[in-house]
Amino acid sequence: MKPIKYILCLFTLIMLVSCADKKAKETAKVEYQCPMKCQGEKTFAKAGSCAVCKMDLRLISKPSKKTLSAGFSDESIFNLTSKWNTEEGKEITLKELKGKTLVFVMIYTTCKAACPRLVADMRNIESKIPSELKKDVNYVLVSIDPENDTPNRLKQFAKENYMDGDEWTFLQGSESGVREFANVLAVKYKQISPIDFSHSNIISVFNSQGELVHQQEGLGVDNKETIKKIIETVDN
Amino acid sequence: MKTILRLAICILFINSIYTNCQSKMVLIKGGEYIPLYGRDSMKVSINSFHMDVYPVTNKEYLAFVKKYPKWQRSKAIKLFVDKSYLRAWKSDTLLNSNQKPNSPITNVSWFAAKNYCECQGKRLPTVDEWEYVAMADQKMPDARKLKTYNEFILSWYEKPKTYNQTIGSTFKNYWKVYDLHGLVWEWTSDFNSVLISGESRKDVDTDNDLFCGSAAVNATDLMNYAAFMRYAIRGSLKAKYTMKNLGFRCVKDDK
Repeated sequence: MKPIKYILCLFTLIMLVSCADKKAKETAKVEYQCPMKCQGEKTFAKAGSCAVCKMDLRLISKPSKKTLSAGFSDESIFNLTSKWNTEEGKEITLKELKGKTLVFVMIYTTCKAACPRLVADMRNIESKIPSELKKDVNYVLVSIDPENDTPNRLKQFAKENYMDGDEWTFLQGSESGVREFANVLAVKYKQISPIDFSHSNIISVFNSQGELVHQQEGLGVDNKETIKKIIETVDN
Repeated sequence: MKTILRLAICILFINSIYTNCQSKMVLIKGGEYIPLYGRDSMKVSINSFHMDVYPVTNKEYLAFVKKYPKWQRSKAIKLFVDKSYLRAWKSDTLLNSNQKPNSPITNVSWFAAKNYCECQGKRLPTVDEWEYVAMADQKMPDARKLKTYNEFILSWYEKPKTYNQTIGSTFKNYWKVYDLHGLVWEWTSDFNSVLISGESRKDVDTDNDLFCGSAAVNATDLMNYAAFMRYAIRGSLKAKYTMKNLGFRCVKDDK
């Protein structure tokens, strides 16, 4: 019995050590830079002021701002463990979207009524985000029709709608995964015929830790508040 | 001979423990019916499935949180439960003195209910499945047109604190399922498919009939009113909400 105990202890210790290791690596990634770029692309490991213009150094993202802390809170959508396929055919969990401000909407590609306008709303929001923040925002379109919206179909839809860039992600889930996710967003939907769904029109903004910060309800409503929230969230 | 007898008794005993743990289920034979709010207001077809005879009880849920501590009151994460999750309990693993082990568990969220069922190798029923079983009275599979049946449901809606009763205290219906009406409301897997909420007014596919309760009262039969109440409740819920008169039971596909 005793040797087993020892082995267990050793094992947990190893696990702990390897965890700590990872964290150290992640903090090492923090970099500061002069906002005026007085010394070109030079970066600093610590906060301070620029030697040339005396301005406070700014935390810069590399490759994206918020990959720093390892954990996420109770209220984060990264707690969901469901699996999803992207339009590129890659299998992911929501956790892998961590690090960027996330803007979610639920649609289905055969939709003729509300979805084109929801998609237009998304594009509209995207176009109003200042270009320097663009790489910190990910726009995610989740299909409520996982049966028909295969990765291929989603990819095609992305191309048709000029949403094929890196900032756009399309997700196909399992039926229960989609139901669960809709519940988190408080989106209601129902299949009313094989190719038609009724659904609520909600655009949701999550911070880089997967916590909900804003929801916009309705179609073609004023996007100002949502855009303001996205910018605030990226800046925080 | 004696040993065989002992063995038999032993097996019987173990078996009874086993069936006790795995709460009793009955087969619901599939069929077609027209729900109050269905797909295109058309017939919905239901495949055969097994349903728990009783709602999940306090005792069963207590065993669940002991086995899966992440669902204990202080540990359950906020994405999945609101503040009133298991509020009446004394502690993480203790019921309060006024809670009966055999009363239905309430104050649980949809996430918790769903997870409970999955841990038993089951799932939550869909709205259509639940309504299909619940339209039966003691004798017939579809009693929705009977006055007595509807009056019973409506009188329950007026009774306070029925969640304190124990399971099996209401009638056993045609399918041998107890307590679908008269004890607690129950979670369904796709409760969020009901578009009777504030925001759905802005939606395109609105059904104006959904918004006015008085329209339902004036409807030709009481049946719509009783069911309307259930759909309205479902429409008002969010998945992390918990209520003291909202419990659940599980179902399983028929293989």
